[in-house]
Amino acid sequence: MSLRLRDGGRLIDRSARMAFQFDGRSLTGFAGDTLASALLANDKMLVGRSFKYHRPRGVVASGAEEPNALVNLAQGGTFEPNQRATTTELFDGLTATSQNHWPSLEHDIGAVNSSLARFLPAGFYYKTFIHPRPFWKHIYEPFIRQSAGLGKAPKDRDADRYEHFYYFCDLVVIGGGVAGLQAARVAGEAGAKVLLLEQSAHWGGRAPVDGGEIDGRPAEAWVTDTLAVLEAMPNVTLRSRCMGAGVYDHGYLLAYERLTDHAPQADGPRHRLWRIRTQQIITATGAIERPLSFAGNDIPGVMLASAVRDYVVNYGVAPGQRTVVVTNNDDGYRTAICLKQAGLDVPRILDARETGGGALMEEARALGIRIDCGRAVGKVQGGKRVKSVQVCAQKGSGSALEEVACDAVAMSGGWSPVVHLWSHCGGKLVWDDVQAHFRPDADRPPLGRSGQGFVAVAGAANGALTGAVADADAMARGVVQAIGLKPGKGIAPAETQPEELPIEPVWLMPAQAKTELKAKAWLDYQNDVKVSDVQLAAREGFESVEHTKRYTTLGMATDQGKLSNINGLAILSDALGQPIPQTGTTTFRPPYTPISMGAIAGEARGDIFQPVRETPMYGWNDSNGADWEPVGHWRRPYAYVRSGETVHDAVMREVTNTRENVGLLDASTLGKLIVKGPDAGKFLDMLYTNMMSTLKPGRCRYGLMCTENGFLTDDGVVARIDEDTFLCHTTTGGADRIHAHMEEWLQTEWWDWQVYVANVTEQYAQIGVVGPKARAVLETLGGMDLSAEALPFMAWADGKIGAFDARAYRVSFSGELSYEIAVPASRGQAFWDALLEAGKAHGIMPYGTEALHIMRAEKGFIMIGDETDGTVIPQDLGLNWAISKKKDDYLGKRAQERVHMTDPDRWKLVGLETVDGSVLPDGAYAVAEGTNANGQRNMQGRVTSTYHSPTLGKGIAMGLVKHGPDRMGEVLEFPGTDGTVFKAKIVDPVFYDKDGDKQNV
Amino acid sequence: MLILTCPYCGVDADETELTPGGEAHLTRHGPGSSDDDFHDYLFARDNPRGVHFERWRHTYGCGKWFHAARSTDTLEVFGTYPAQTTEPPKDICDKISGERPGWSWRIFG
Ligand SMILES: [Zn+2]
Repeated sequence: MSLRLRDGGRLIDRSARMAFQFDGRSLTGFAGDTLASALLANDKMLVGRSFKYHRPRGVVASGAEEPNALVNLAQGGTFEPNQRATTTELFDGLTATSQNHWPSLEHDIGAVNSSLARFLPAGFYYKTFIHPRPFWKHIYEPFIRQSAGLGKAPKDRDADRYEHFYYFCDLVVIGGGVAGLQAARVAGEAGAKVLLLEQSAHWGGRAPVDGGEIDGRPAEAWVTDTLAVLEAMPNVTLRSRCMGAGVYDHGYLLAYERLTDHAPQADGPRHRLWRIRTQQIITATGAIERPLSFAGNDIPGVMLASAVRDYVVNYGVAPGQRTVVVTNNDDGYRTAICLKQAGLDVPRILDARETGGGALMEEARALGIRIDCGRAVGKVQGGKRVKSVQVCAQKGSGSALEEVACDAVAMSGGWSPVVHLWSHCGGKLVWDDVQAHFRPDADRPPLGRSGQGFVAVAGAANGALTGAVADADAMARGVVQAIGLKPGKGIAPAETQPEELPIEPVWLMPAQAKTELKAKAWLDYQNDVKVSDVQLAAREGFESVEHTKRYTTLGMATDQGKLSNINGLAILSDALGQPIPQTGTTTFRPPYTPISMGAIAGEARGDIFQPVRETPMYGWNDSNGADWEPVGHWRRPYAYVRSGETVHDAVMREVTNTRENVGLLDASTLGKLIVKGPDAGKFLDMLYTNMMSTLKPGRCRYGLMCTENGFLTDDGVVARIDEDTFLCHTTTGGADRIHAHMEEWLQTEWWDWQVYVANVTEQYAQIGVVGPKARAVLETLGGMDLSAEALPFMAWADGKIGAFDARAYRVSFSGELSYEIAVPASRGQAFWDALLEAGKAHGIMPYGTEALHIMRAEKGFIMIGDETDGTVIPQDLGLNWAISKKKDDYLGKRAQERVHMTDPDRWKLVGLETVDGSVLPDGAYAVAEGTNANGQRNMQGRVTSTYHSPTLGKGIAMGLVKHGPDRMGEVLEFPGTDGTVFKAKIVDPVFYDKDGDKQNV
Repeated sequence: MLILTCPYCGVDADETELTPGGEAHLTRHGPGSSDDDFHDYLFARDNPRGVHFERWRHTYGCGKWFHAARSTDTLEVFGTYPAQTTEPPKDICDKISGERPGWSWRIFG
C-alpha cells in the first residue's frame, strides 16, 4: 500500500492540514501536496480507468507527463475535466472525481472491455464496426459513444475570469531547473531583458531530489542562492506556475500562467495567457523518464522510478512499502537508494544490463540491496494494485525464474529530452545512440526573420543529462551574443555527480517477449495502446510513424504521448527492421500541455466578445421597441415592436404606414466613401459596371460593383459632389470591405492616378424620410427647397432643413417619394426627434430593416447578399441596363466574357408568386424532371428573397430560374423541408408600381 | 505569426496588424486578353518552397500595401518594399542571391 512517511517531504508543511474530497470521500493532505501525492498518502492507488479497456490505472508519474491520473475538478461554474492530479496543487476544500467508469471506480462494468480485448485491436474503429451496416446505429455507435471520451464536458458557464498579457523582451528562458536558472543568470548579468518561466510552483527542477553538488554546495542551496541573485536583477522577471506553451514564427511565444488554480478563493484572473515577442528563447525544459514495456506495466503501483523518489523526497509519501526497481540505466539506482534511506524495503533491483551499472550500483549494494543483472520483469501480477513481479532473463522470452512479492514497481527506461518547444517551430532532432534518445540538433534550429536561429536548448533538454549547468552556461553565452550583448567573465559553476555507466536501450522487456506478454505491455496508457498493437500496424503495412500513430491512436491522447512516443516508435522501427532515426518522430505541436479554453478566449467574452457599432439613434431605437438584427458589426432595428404586437404585426404595420403615410428609416449604417481627385471619375468608371464619369455634379446614379472575377460584390448610389469629388454609398456591411477594395486597386495597380478615398461612414447620421407625405413633413420643418422642380428624382442638394445643416438625396429604395438626409452625426438624434415631431400630424412612424426589405422586394430591387452570393453576375439579375457598353474596361468585364458567364443556361432573376398566396420558404429549390449523375433530383432554380407583402396581400418572392425570363406564367414546384410542395408562378420581379410613378413626384 | 517591417511607416508589424494579399507582381489582363492569359492572371499562383514575393497590407496601421520577399520554408524575410513597382528592388535581389545563389522566381532571379 502507499502511505505517508513519518518524516520528510521538502515541499509539504505538515502543520497545515488540507481537507479534500475524492469520489465523495473526505480525505486529508498537507499544504504543498499535489492531488496525486495526497491521494497516494491516503493509499488511493487506483485513480481512474483506461480509455478503451477500462483497466484500473494509478498514478504513474509526478509531473506534466502523467497519462493516468486525470480527474474532474470542482463543480458547477468551475467544473473542469481531465485535470492531471500530478500538477494539481492541493488546497483546502478541493473536490475531485475519477473518470471513465460506470457505475463506480472500484466496480466498473466497462472493464468487460478487457475480456473483449481481442476484438479491439489496432484500428478497431476501421475494422470491427463496419459490418453489418445496420449494426452501426443501434449497437456500435451507442457503445462507442458511451465509452468514448474521458472526463465529462462542463455544463455550466465558466464562472472564472481570464486575461491576455502582452510582453516583449530579449530572452525567454523556459524551465526553472538548474539549467534554466543558470541560463537566466548569464543573460541577466549581461544586461538582457529576461523572462524566466517555470511551469510548477517550485524552482530547481529535479536537482534537489536527485542530489549532487553545484559550486560545492548542495543543489537545493545553490538553487536558493541563484534565485536570490535573479530576483535582485531589475532586468530579470521570474514567473512560476507559468508554462511555456508554444513557440511560433519569428519569436512569438505563448505562455500559460495558472494564477489561482491553487487558491481558488483568491481575487483576480484564474489563468493568464502571455503573448510574448522575444528575440531569443532558451528551452531548459529537462527530460522525461521513459517507462519500460513489460507485461502488466499499467497495474496501479507501477510507476516511473523518478516519480517514486519525487513522492518520497518532495512529499514524504511512499508509493509502496516493498518496491522492486527495474532499470536499464544507472539513474534508476537513485530511486532504490532513496527508498532504502527512507526506511522502505527494496527487495530487488533488476538491471537489464548484463554487467550492471557504476558508482550508484555500488552505493545501492552497500546499502544491502540485492541487485540482479541481466534480469527483467516478465510480468507484474495484480489487478487493482501490484502483488508481485515475475523475474525473468532480459534476453529470454519471459519464462519466470522466480516471483518476488512487492506492492510497487519503479521502472526506468532512460530519459527523453523534452524537445517539444524546440520542435514547435521547426527545430530538428538528432538521434543520440549513446544516450538512446532524440535530442535537439543545434545545427538545425528554428529560424527567425533574419535567417538566424532563435531557439537554443540548455541542460537535460539538450541531452546534457549530467553537466546541465555547464551546458546551460555555454548556451546562454552564445545566445547573449546573438542578442548583441557581451556575456560576463564568470566561469560555469562546477558540478559534482557520481560517474554513470551508459544506458542499454530496452524497448521490450524481456527482449523476446511472448505474444501474450506483448499484449499486456502498454505503450500509451491513456489511449490503451500496447506493443502488440504497434506490431500489428506494422504487419498491416503502416510504415510511416505518422500513419501508425493515427491508426493505433498511439500518442493521440491528452498527454500527447509524452511517455509513449519514443517507446512506440522504437517498437515500430524494430518491426520494420530499420534504425530508429529512419522511422523518425511524429510532429510536436503546441501547446505543450493542454491549456484552458478560458485562457485562449481571455477577455473576449460576453459583452466585449465583439464591439457593437451604434448609430447616433441607437439609444432611441433601443428604448422604442427595436427588435435588433446584427448587420456586420452594426445592430439595426428589424422592426419597432409596439406593446401587444408580434414582430410580424409590427413589420406589416410599418410597410403599410410607409406606403400610405410616411416612414422614418435610420440609414446611418450605409457606407459613405468620398472619392476625390482629378482622376476620380476615371477610377470610378473602373470600379462600377456603369459610367460614373459622365454623372453631373448635383446628381445621383445607382451603381454596381463587381470583383475582377465578374461577380457582384456591392451596390449603392453614387452622388457627384463636384468635378473632382464623388460620394459613394455602399451596403451596410460593405463600407470597410469596399474601402479596402478601392485602396487595393489604387495602391497596387493604378498608383499613378490622382485619387484618394476617405471612409466617412460614421461622420454622418443618415435618415430616410419615405412615403407620400415625406415632402410635407420636411416642409413643416422649413428651409431648403425640396420641391420636385428644385430637387428632382436622383438629385441631391446641400442646405438647411429646419435648424440642421443637411444634404438631401432624392433616392428611393422603396418606390415611394423618398429623401435620404445626411446631417452631422452629432446632430442625428436631434434631427430624428425634429422629424418625429414634424411628422406627428402626418402619421409618421419609424420602420426597420424588414419593412425596408419587403418594400424593395415589392419593387423588384435586388439586395446584395440575398440575390447575390458570390456566384451571381449582374447579367443574371437582368441588370444589363447598369452595365456600360461604351467602356473599354471595368473590374469584372473580362471575366463576364468567359464562356460560362455567357452561357444562356445560367439561372436568371424572376419574380415568383405562389398560386395560393402563401409565402415560399427562403432558399427553396425548384425541382426539374429527372435525376443527376448522383441520383439526386435535378434542379432548375432557387428562391433568393421571399416575404408576405401587406401591400399586395400575398406572398411574393424573387428567385433565380433557368431560362426564367422566357418562362413567364409557368408554375414551378418548390418542395419544402416538411414534405409540402409549394407551387409558384414565374412573374415579373417588379410587383408594385412598375412605371415608378410614385417615387417620381 | 510573422513580423514584417512596413516600408511606409517603418513599424515592425506583427502579423495580426497585416492582411495577406497573395502573390506579388501579377500583371493584370483585362478585356482583349486571351482566355489563357486571363485564366492565369485570375487563378494560377505560384506556391514555391523557398523564395517568394508576396503582397501584404498594413491594415491595422498605416493602411498601405507593400511587398515582402521571404522564404516560405525558413520564414526568413529578405526585405519589404512599397507595392508601387513592377519588379523587386535590386538590393533585395542581391541579398537573396548572396544567401541562395541560383534562385529564381518567375521572370526574376
Ligand atoms: Zn505601415
